[in-house]
Amino acid sequence: MAAVNLLSTRGLSRNFGGMKAVQNVDLDLQQGKIRALIGPNGAGKTTLVSMLCGRIPASSGTVTFLGQDVTDMPAHKRISMGMAYTFQITSIFDDLTVFENVALAVQHRLGRAAKQLKPEVLATLERVGLETRSDQVAGDLAYGHQRLLEIAMGLGQEPKLLILDEPTQGLSDGEIDEFIALIREVSANTTVLLIEHNISVVMALADAITVLNFGEIIAEGTPEEIHANPAVQAAYLGG
Amino acid sequence: MEFGPHLMLAMLEGLVQASVLTLTALGLSLVFGVMRVVNVAHGEFYMLGAVLAWWITSLLGGSALIEFTAALILAPLLVGLLAGLADWLILRRVDYDPERTIVATIGLLYIIQQVTLMTYGPDARPVAPPFNTRLALPWFEFGENGFALYWPWGLSTTSYKLFVILAAILTLIGVWLLMAKTKIGLILRATQLDSETAQAFGIPVERIYALVFGMGAALAALGAVLVVPIQQAHYLMGADPLLLSFIVVIIGGLGSLRGTVVAAILIGMSDGIISVFFTPTLAKMLATLLVAMVLVYRPQGLFGAKPA
Repeated sequence: MAAVNLLSTRGLSRNFGGMKAVQNVDLDLQQGKIRALIGPNGAGKTTLVSMLCGRIPASSGTVTFLGQDVTDMPAHKRISMGMAYTFQITSIFDDLTVFENVALAVQHRLGRAAKQLKPEVLATLERVGLETRSDQVAGDLAYGHQRLLEIAMGLGQEPKLLILDEPTQGLSDGEIDEFIALIREVSANTTVLLIEHNISVVMALADAITVLNFGEIIAEGTPEEIHANPAVQAAYLGG
Repeated sequence: MEFGPHLMLAMLEGLVQASVLTLTALGLSLVFGVMRVVNVAHGEFYMLGAVLAWWITSLLGGSALIEFTAALILAPLLVGLLAGLADWLILRRVDYDPERTIVATIGLLYIIQQVTLMTYGPDARPVAPPFNTRLALPWFEFGENGFALYWPWGLSTTSYKLFVILAAILTLIGVWLLMAKTKIGLILRATQLDSETAQAFGIPVERIYALVFGMGAALAALGAVLVVPIQQAHYLMGADPLLLSFIVVIIGGLGSLRGTVVAAILIGMSDGIISVFFTPTLAKMLATLLVAMVLVYRPQGLFGAKPA
């Protein structure tokens, strides 16, 4: 049976003035897989992901999610369809408590079932191990805990597609191991798109890797294939 | 009248003013805090609340109490709906751009004011208070018989004025509970802190903005309905509340609800007291001077967050 594509792009491009940040990207994310998106700094990874989730409009091309063309759909509607993303450290509310942060992520899914809110939030916090800190103000948390909170906020939405932008940046080695275990567990029923600089995390988690350079896909394949690919080595080593 | 009773009377009048001002300024502060929109038409929503209160009470028959209760519920609701509609039709279209929303709300100000002049007319019209018992207040003295209470001539208030103060306190508690304890309050606070991130959690920011703009206008209208049995409804009555609300919001710190309440009490009380002992003009001059000092020495306001 052919793998089902949860999300596809065709010819997706974005120009900033004269600069082509992303050009002609055809990307297919298979359901239930972990896909890593890697590339040197300035390769257009964040721009590409911003177009996937509707934070910035595409200059041309299409994005299809769950079989529906979402190219012109606003971000909050894509989220209703089951897309969740965390953007580096910007996506937590420093002035709210840990509980309130996760409650924001969970409330949308629950709709009017407000009684479920508290147990759901606590269950989500337990998954990332933050349950004892639910009353702390998010801005006071240690950096590693802020990253975990961010992931909890992604998980709280029970998304079909979870997009993580550099989730392990600034984490200690021990925290990275916990993160890898957590994402493995999550991927059982969620498709994950991981933008990551840490190659060992990518190699440990990804089912497939897409490499972006100067806004274009230069390679795609299993971790082993990418590891052996001369074009990728050239891009990273600047050769 | 002696100084003591006179001061108490002035403070009571000041407290009534402060109550109405708190509600009006809270509306302005809420809109700025969540939407970053400087709503120049805020005073006109206040005026509309008063005019609608006159309209509702004169259309409805029945006792003054029933008429007034209907106005107290319906006028803020109608003004809120109108403001929500204005947000959806106008402010949303200019992308909530800070400069363009100022111009847009100036336009709104003139439209509301002139439509009111053309329909309601230039007259000032009163609304009957639902109850208005005169309550004489005691003062104390230390005479030959030691401590004694007496009722000085002229020291009195009305049951209605006490009701205004009580209604404002209840509304404040209501707004605070809404913001701190409910899901919609959490969503409002998140939108205030970072609307872009809020959107990432599926919060329909545009609809929240329409709701907030409506709520802000409804708070102004509520203040006006409360004041109209004391002051009368007139199509130009929005100018003073707008000025005072801006003064309060600047002193309290834009977007800080706590600062708004403290500053409204400060400005309302001092306005009342100075008006009684000296002149209303001096009261406005001192308030404006205070704004200038705050802008120079503490631009973020007394309770506002330091700019990042």
